[in-house]
Amino acid sequence: MRVATAMTNVHYVLHAPQGDTYADLLFTMIERLPRRPPVTYSTFQARDLGGDTAQLFKEAVANAFDRFQPQAVLVGSSCTAELIQDDPGGLARALNLPVPVIPLELPAYQRKENWGASETFYQLVRNLVKPADKDLSAAPHKPSCNILGPTALGFRHRDDVREISQLLQALGIEVKVIAPLNASVEDIRKLAQADFNVVLYPEIANTTAQWLERQFNQPYTRTIPIGVSATREFIREVTSLSELPIPVGLEDDMHSVWYSRSVDSTYLTGKRVFLFGDATHVVAAARFASEEMGFEVVGLGTYSREFAREVREAAKKYQVEPLITDDYLAVEEQIKHLHPELILGTQMERHIAKRLNIPCAVISAPVHIQDFPARYAPQMGFEGANVLFDTWVHPLMMGLEEHLLGMFREDFEFHDGAAPSHLGSSRVAETPVTALREVAQTELPKPITAQPASSAWSIEAEKELGKIPFFVRGKARRNTERYALEQGLSTITVETLYDAKAHFSR
Amino acid sequence: MNPVIPIRSAETLGCANTAVISEKGQRQVFCGLTGIIWLHRKIQDAFFLVVGSRTCAHLIQSAAGVMIFAEPRFGTAIIDERDLAGIADANDELDRVVSELLARRQDIKLLFLVGSCPSEVIKLDLSRAAERLCKQHMPHTRVLSYSGSGIETTFTQGEDACLAALTETLPARTSQGKHLLIVGTLADVVEDQLSLLLRKMGIDHFDFFPPRRSTTLPAIGPETVCVLAQPFLADTAKQLESKGVKRLEAPFPLGAEGTTQWLQVIAQAFAIDHTRFEEVTQAPRQRAEQSVARHRTQLQGKSITFLPDSQLEIPLARFVYQELHMKLLEVGTPYLHRQIMAPELEQLPSSTRLSEGQSLELQLDRCDADQPDLIVCGLGLANPLEAKGFTTKWSIELVFTPIQGYEQAGDLAALFSRPLARKLKLVA
Repeated sequence: MRVATAMTNVHYVLHAPQGDTYADLLFTMIERLPRRPPVTYSTFQARDLGGDTAQLFKEAVANAFDRFQPQAVLVGSSCTAELIQDDPGGLARALNLPVPVIPLELPAYQRKENWGASETFYQLVRNLVKPADKDLSAAPHKPSCNILGPTALGFRHRDDVREISQLLQALGIEVKVIAPLNASVEDIRKLAQADFNVVLYPEIANTTAQWLERQFNQPYTRTIPIGVSATREFIREVTSLSELPIPVGLEDDMHSVWYSRSVDSTYLTGKRVFLFGDATHVVAAARFASEEMGFEVVGLGTYSREFAREVREAAKKYQVEPLITDDYLAVEEQIKHLHPELILGTQMERHIAKRLNIPCAVISAPVHIQDFPARYAPQMGFEGANVLFDTWVHPLMMGLEEHLLGMFREDFEFHDGAAPSHLGSSRVAETPVTALREVAQTELPKPITAQPASSAWSIEAEKELGKIPFFVRGKARRNTERYALEQGLSTITVETLYDAKAHFSR
Repeated sequence: MNPVIPIRSAETLGCANTAVISEKGQRQVFCGLTGIIWLHRKIQDAFFLVVGSRTCAHLIQSAAGVMIFAEPRFGTAIIDERDLAGIADANDELDRVVSELLARRQDIKLLFLVGSCPSEVIKLDLSRAAERLCKQHMPHTRVLSYSGSGIETTFTQGEDACLAALTETLPARTSQGKHLLIVGTLADVVEDQLSLLLRKMGIDHFDFFPPRRSTTLPAIGPETVCVLAQPFLADTAKQLESKGVKRLEAPFPLGAEGTTQWLQVIAQAFAIDHTRFEEVTQAPRQRAEQSVARHRTQLQGKSITFLPDSQLEIPLARFVYQELHMKLLEVGTPYLHRQIMAPELEQLPSSTRLSEGQSLELQLDRCDADQPDLIVCGLGLANPLEAKGFTTKWSIELVFTPIQGYEQAGDLAALFSRPLARKLKLVA
């Protein structure tokens, strides 16, 4: 659906029961698309299961073709229709439509969404692309490329495409086709005419790019231009593919490098960050976090099993244990365990962050309506690096502010509970620590079997804890409690507090 | 001097015998699984375990949106390849998931196994699974099952299926005297307001169903009468009637008029005298009328189309016609239950175009031809219709917002006037 919705003149007929139409609202509400996705559902019901679901599907295809007049028709089964085995491909072919009909086999019980999008794109290209005209490609011409991978409902795909197109243009490279986003069937047919392919989202475009390379000798790019260093590398990669010099002035509007060096950013040094999302964004974001923001990567992971190898390699670089899972409870456990100061994740991690009261910024799909901003906000290229700097720093307390709060914490205005001044009043009422404790108390069900009780804080120790700057107090409290539990202490004294501090600072 | 022409004189009332456009085709509605979103907030110690695919899990996560803020009281036992290989394995897997869940969540007193499209198609017998699991986990946790699948149910029918399953477990009533059961999930604030009115009238023996906790299920007996507070509960009503409970026929408590008529039916059944009824209802009724009147000035004469979604369409159409004086073009409902809707249909103008079921494209063609001032529709259609220049109201908001009773009548009217007011405000 992300591929079909991205394109201009295809129609997807999905054999599916009525509840599956909810998928439409991901596009119209979350991405705020002003049009319905080009999808028709066969909407079969229990009473149809007797035998005529196949007929129902054929009618749906015929009606959709008459009404929308697409240049190509995609047909497929939802998870339920897979079970009734109607063979949408065969049924649709039997209609003899005057346009290509592309059947999709997307085993919903085995594979997940990114794989489905990738397979859909690949099948479209395989079925539609035409070999380039030999004479034309031999004649002298401006170097050209296609941009592959952007879809509907992707994280900032629209803006990344604009940023990277501008960059390629500045380098003197012609962008022939961008696909699938805003591509027509005619565009897909022309893919083989470009000199090489730029793969922006490997999860969607790798399979297709590899196939195009085998079939038409079109090389494709490996670098994902997220962050300043990676963008420079990307420029080197495409200029060597196109045998062009690197022009001056490309970096004129890039600010993140200087902002990162300005003294106010000192406080960012070693901030502990946890990353989770699709593999491409996680690997690229980890590099930017570590090399260009000065953060410490304390954990990273992905739900994209197909790219587990890449994520494991990145994890080695930061000497952390990678987490390859689609179980949000496992991710939450890991985050709780690592207590990072910033989470860079998906919409799911934002929920976790909110619950644990940890600052969070989103770096990958699946995303929320607010990750489709009205303004221009790419993640890629030099402007993308500017955006990353802003959006990652934003949820954190600003440097000078953080120091002042520490220095004047007895002041009526700069007290512990004060929220970051740019985050409004939503967090004023609670300090992170008490909020954490409340969450823990309300959500843990009362166990029936007696569990080892946590150690109690003595009044003096509690007071001493209050002297520790609040932004590290939560960590100090957790560490001390863990230490006390490990040591089997029932009461936490001032001594325990400092013993624990010494223990953990080894 | 011009004669005063009453605006609505030409209309005759009554839609009970009007021919209905009955359509089959592509639908744009949620399936019954989504009922979990409000049911799990209402029955506070219940857990809803959807036995379905990843798509089902995604639906309730994204539709609920609230996932993981606090550990939600719903989850999905995901059917995968291995389960498709053999039903026996699927049953073992289900038993394991339930045991793990109940061990981790001791607060769960009632567990619903909720059937989905895949579990229906592979014929996983959830009612037998529920019986088996009940034996294992009673008395601590009761296990029931119902279907929320998209091949069986649309949107609000999920609540009907859930309550119908729960009806089986209602204890027998031992105490004497006439007793009222108010059926359908209402917001707590609405329940409290209605309770107050009933008590003032002198009706003390009443219960709401579903209850806030599964351990306080209302008892029913031969002297129990029930009244529906939601229009989508046909199966639950049938179950209750089969257990000897008498159903009161009433319009639904929407708006000043609907609420009065609904209360009146109850008052008559309990032989409350007319003066008492007037005393109790006069003040809140006036308040409701006043708050509705403010919105009427904006909405009077405006035309409206309801696309099918929640089965609330017909009572809502009656409200906007009767109290806001809007012009009804098409009133679509996913499923029309003539008997339950009879008191509502009587009050609609006979010119109303009623449609049942959905053929989405044809319905959108009719909207294009009608050019209504306001379209009430599902979320997936709202933005595309707005982009075409229509003004819309999401029908889902009418399901989730407390709209029943006198004190909510103004809020209900505001849901219709706000989109139009906004359109007037924006100039760019």
